Amino acid sequence: MVDAVFTGIAILTVGSALVALEARELVYGAIGLAVCMLGIAGFFLLLDSPFVAMFQITVYVGAVAVLVIFTVMLVRTQALFSIKEDRGRKAAGVILLIVFIGGIGAVLLSSGLSNHTFTNFNTPTIDVAEIGKQMVTYYGPVLVLLGLTLAASVIGALALARREDLGQKNE
Amino acid sequence: MNELIDFVVVALLLFAIGIYGLVVKRNAIRMIFSIEIIANAANLNLIAFSRNLHNPQGQVFALFSIAIAAAEVAVGLGIIIIAYRLYKEIDVKEFRSMKG
Repeated sequence: MVDAVFTGIAILTVGSALVALEARELVYGAIGLAVCMLGIAGFFLLLDSPFVAMFQITVYVGAVAVLVIFTVMLVRTQALFSIKEDRGRKAAGVILLIVFIGGIGAVLLSSGLSNHTFTNFNTPTIDVAEIGKQMVTYYGPVLVLLGLTLAASVIGALALARREDLGQKNE
Repeated sequence: MNELIDFVVVALLLFAIGIYGLVVKRNAIRMIFSIEIIANAANLNLIAFSRNLHNPQGQVFALFSIAIAAAEVAVGLGIIIIAYRLYKEIDVKEFRSMKG
């Protein structure tokens, strides 16, 4: 059975995910997304991985949510209110949602996973040193590639958002 | 006590909500929200199975996945800013010039 903390975080996470998609104003949607990411970080804490939880809060709530809110503010407000959803598409989306939850949920519940328990509850949790050792030894090349990817994406985003006409005006 | 299946079910709910958002919403920023929700559901699964198997590899993968998702959001929002400057609109129905 689940305990109260898990239930609370689950309701918060799923509810704010729905708010992120369904709130009329996009700014409230961005705040809902940030709360959803906080809920996921809470799940990570429940799963004894505090390092990943802090990373999640730093990256998602600290960086991504702020970036999204800035973008929402840069985009003209009237463009945000023009919600053009046709009913057929929405009905198809709800049917797809129910089919996904029903289908994959049935598979999960009928699999052996449902009566599987966390057997290793008394073993010590994985500490940060072990994660760091894995990252710089076995996954070292992946870490280098990740850094290059991040640098390329940041430079690419800067190059994309650059305005060429402004520089000519200033000259 | 919480079991593995509870976390997997929550991840499934988030994944389904993300798929719903990708199908229904035509607003480009909301589609990025949906992609983020799906990525987080996947991360939750990684951490849950890492805890279950007592293996640090799941956490390492989750860290990589979070970093990649952040890069993807930066590029996606840059593209949205460009598209807004060109079309004065963030509805993906209006982005027609690359349509065949």
